[in-house]
Amino acid sequence: MTVAAGWTPDQPIIRIVDVHKSFGTNAVLKGVTFDVAKGEVVCVIGPSGSGKSTLLRCINALVPIDKGSIKVEGREVHDPALDKLELRKKVGMVFQSYNLFPHKTALDNVMMAPLHVLKRGKDEVEAQARQLIKKVRLEGKEAAYPGELSGGQQQRVAIARSLAMNPDIMLFDEVTAALDPETVKEVLLTIRELAEDGMTCMLVTHEMGFAREVGDHIYFTDRGVIVEHGPPESFFKSASDPRTRQFLSQIL
Amino acid sequence: MDSFWELLRGLHDSYGINLVHFYDGFERGRLLRGMWTTVKLAVICIVLSVVIGMIGAWLQGSRLKLLKALVQGYIQFFRNTPPLVQMYFFYFALGPQMPRIVNEHGIAQPMLGSFEWAVLSLSFFAGAFNVEIFRSGIEAVQKSTVEAADSLGFNRLQIYWYVVLPLAIRFCLPALNNNLVNLAKTTTQAYAIAVPETLFVASQIWSDRINVFEMMITLLTFYLLLVGMFVWIMARVERALHVPGFGR
Repeated sequence: MTVAAGWTPDQPIIRIVDVHKSFGTNAVLKGVTFDVAKGEVVCVIGPSGSGKSTLLRCINALVPIDKGSIKVEGREVHDPALDKLELRKKVGMVFQSYNLFPHKTALDNVMMAPLHVLKRGKDEVEAQARQLIKKVRLEGKEAAYPGELSGGQQQRVAIARSLAMNPDIMLFDEVTAALDPETVKEVLLTIRELAEDGMTCMLVTHEMGFAREVGDHIYFTDRGVIVEHGPPESFFKSASDPRTRQFLSQIL
Repeated sequence: MDSFWELLRGLHDSYGINLVHFYDGFERGRLLRGMWTTVKLAVICIVLSVVIGMIGAWLQGSRLKLLKALVQGYIQFFRNTPPLVQMYFFYFALGPQMPRIVNEHGIAQPMLGSFEWAVLSLSFFAGAFNVEIFRSGIEAVQKSTVEAADSLGFNRLQIYWYVVLPLAIRFCLPALNNNLVNLAKTTTQAYAIAVPETLFVASQIWSDRINVFEMMITLLTFYLLLVGMFVWIMARVERALHVPGFGR
């Protein structure tokens, strides 16, 4: 995205202000406001149905919002004239159920978007894709189809596929929720390395240990609002709201 | 070869088995031309009807109500009327409305001949079913896969072409094969508007040479082999499209 006029990297890369979203009569987001700084790793936690995933989907315009404002690098996402392609080049998303293209090999999955969406040259795209596959530790699996890979391997291909678009922000929507404990580790390791490289990450997760170690800021949402937030040390030690305390006691 | 034809001629003389459409050069010529016409007709109609199916299924997913209604109207018209009536309609009702062109002998002739009308009417007929077949395949593609493509910046046409259609084809191939086999067999209907395809020339031959029984056997054998070959090719296609770890 050509940087919107007035936005500089020292300003919040994502700025969410009073976002409301309902599905029919079901109000999922009821006025959510927060900022994400460039390079920050933000973890959103909360009981299911609290609107965490919807919030992520709103940020890359997969779901339109009813009210409020979401700005990514200074660009209003909630704008009918939004160039969705420009937004999606900046924001990568990884899903709970991987959602790889089942008819394409791991390598092709990574190559498809840069080839067909960005129209970049094949050789250059393939070189980058091979590098990304290596980065997510799947060397040797380039020719495997998603159906031949384990859940954790598929999820790492999905991460590589998003990275191939060279995004500035990565959204992770409960990416380890469908995995068995063994493979959760390998996926979290990949995300941790990304975070250490300075990628802005926003995760919806139930991995509290991971959130505590890697997160810069934790947001606890319940019934469509942010109940409490803070840096992990203080958040996990001295959460004050009873709802947060109850949630944490159930999950930790 | 000639001795083989002589052998067949001998069958006729000694046993009354009349295979004149093989051993007589003239009859053999028109039978082979008829078979070639059938093959051309079948291949062109199969390709066109598949293209119509792909485009129709894509338009059905459109956000424009008018487009959707047009596709729906097309399907209803061609699915709910007899194919023979459709062919008559194309040839006898639409045909004369078309502008005429002057051929190299200076004689005015219809722009489209019976072969072209047969191609059009059969392709649209089978195409209507193909739209529905492709739609069933498209509906079997997971929404989440489409969402992933969307989040990677693919536009609607790119999602259809690179993600939805390749998966949909794999889901609907068995149903598609059925319809295309039926289409290949329905080419005999072009007989009704005097397209010189296999059935048409066969009936000419059996009228001239009074060998109805032998012609019938020949006809059935020809279609058995033709459709058998098509089914074999489609089985190969199905195998080639198989993705390890997906489906099956």
